Amino acid sequence: MTVADHRPVPPDPAAAPPPPPVAPPPSRWLAPLRETGRLFALAGTVVRDTFRRPFQLREFIEQFWFVASVTILPAALVSIPFGAVIALQVGSLTEQLGAQSFTGGASVLAVIQQASPLIVALLISGAGGSAICADLGSRTIREELDAMEVMGVSPIQRLVVPRVLATMLVAVLLNGMVSVVGTLGGYFFNVIMQDGTPGAYLAGFSALAQLPDLWISEIKALIFGFLAGVVAAYRGLNPRGGPKGVGDAVNQSVVITFLLLFFVNMVLTAIYLQIVPAKGA
Amino acid sequence: MVVEGLTKSFGRQNVWQDVTLTLPAGEVSVMLGPSGTGKTVFLKSLIGLLKPEHGRVLVAGTDMVNSPERDIYETRKLFGVMFQDGALFGSLSLFDNIAFPLREHTRKKESEIRRIVMERVEMVGLVGAERKLPGEISGGMRKRAGLARALVLDPQIILCDEPDSGLDPVRTAYLSQLLIDLNAQIDATMLIVTHNLDIAATVPDNMGMLFRRNLVTFGPREALLTSDEPVVAQFLAGRREGPIGMSEEKDAATLARERRAALPYPERVLAPQLEPSPGLPPRAGAQRRRERVLAMLPELPEPARAAILRSYAPVGGAVS
Repeated sequence: MTVADHRPVPPDPAAAPPPPPVAPPPSRWLAPLRETGRLFALAGTVVRDTFRRPFQLREFIEQFWFVASVTILPAALVSIPFGAVIALQVGSLTEQLGAQSFTGGASVLAVIQQASPLIVALLISGAGGSAICADLGSRTIREELDAMEVMGVSPIQRLVVPRVLATMLVAVLLNGMVSVVGTLGGYFFNVIMQDGTPGAYLAGFSALAQLPDLWISEIKALIFGFLAGVVAAYRGLNPRGGPKGVGDAVNQSVVITFLLLFFVNMVLTAIYLQIVPAKGA
Repeated sequence: MVVEGLTKSFGRQNVWQDVTLTLPAGEVSVMLGPSGTGKTVFLKSLIGLLKPEHGRVLVAGTDMVNSPERDIYETRKLFGVMFQDGALFGSLSLFDNIAFPLREHTRKKESEIRRIVMERVEMVGLVGAERKLPGEISGGMRKRAGLARALVLDPQIILCDEPDSGLDPVRTAYLSQLLIDLNAQIDATMLIVTHNLDIAATVPDNMGMLFRRNLVTFGPREALLTSDEPVVAQFLAGRREGPIGMSEEKDAATLARERRAALPYPERVLAPQLEPSPGLPPRAGAQRRRERVLAMLPELPEPARAAILRSYAPVGGAVS
């Protein structure tokens, strides 16, 4: 230790030391850009840490079970009326056009490609993401995550990665379930309510729909699950000030995820329609 | 552990600037400061949780401010940190909380982990509560459990953030003794951030004080405890008269009015430093400190010099 450290500062209480030159505060207009950048950085870290040992299997299973248990029932309940609405709407439209035999194909395309991934996205972010965000947020303000980092354990690898992977897996599986339930709902309403022909409804499937439609549906669900998990984790890791901040963070995480998912859905749909030729075209 | 020219701001607001000090190895240091002077921020900067804009924190050759994340993670394993309210994991029992660093960083067998954890649990007086969740115990117990967890890897550097807040005076005294005993046992470098005067008076070898964006002073405990610098004197006396106001600073007019009306601060009595409990080895840090402090004696102000000589004088004799 050097001797100079012990020399007391000359007692001069009246003259406060001049504040040091502080860099000008960053522009407020760039704040959204900065937040976006940090979100992407987190997403990158999550992808990288996914491959870092040891994988937190226990945490992953717990989170998977949790997210699945809060989303399965609402998803099923939402998908039945959703499938029905699409079937009824498409049914009445095709009747006007005189193309009743394609009702099945058209409604199944709408359910599998659009309705199902979006229902999954809404439930994953609304039910699963909000819980993840609240959990991480309250841990952050209790300094649990600081403590973890001090102990040389990365909270991203330990907590965020299992959660993001869990939301992705749940999204993919849930998407399958919603597609089936939605299609069944559509079938039921078309055949029973609108007196459609069961054979024609089912034959329409293979007339218009094809296997890549199923792929894009699952790919969308996978990406939506990733986004919902990362956004929830990002907002949860950065709450602003106290318990109230956690509430705000949860709120924002759901809204941000919704906006992001609808936008990404649009982009994915546009790309898909461009690169995969429609059946029979 | 060396801190050089550390400066930290949040947005436009400067927390402190140009803080330079060295924590002597194996000694106990205390950082004092009125509430809101960035003591906790200082602590978090030392472990690299917050990134100061300027300066360096050198720990075992690693700069905790600018080094790559990987090196910082490695160096953090040297630290044991006790957070303000324990920062225990809410979903784990006290036992699992305290065992967490062991399970994470060592390949010890479960029976050995159990032995080490129970040893620490006993040390902080939590026997019987180790199966409870953090939500089921009082704030003081959470704090002690946080300390036990910080100690479980035998850290070389121990940082304590307000170990006394939420504890009664008796428990605070026990905790002070515990910290000194620990220091005797594992010879760790310790930094305690607090505004508790009892801890400040009896525990540390060295003291510093943060006020008004600056490190007012850092040096041997006698230097600060006998200092007549207004800020330090007011803080140690716990009085309203002086440069520290309710919202950190006072204006000149209030100060002048006070100066006319004020009674002098009561005479300060320099309390002796705590010794390790009987049966423990003498503190190696205290031995090193003695040589270090005696070597720097001529640099110190007169009252501090006298106090140091008094404290090192054998009973009835004098240090030549």
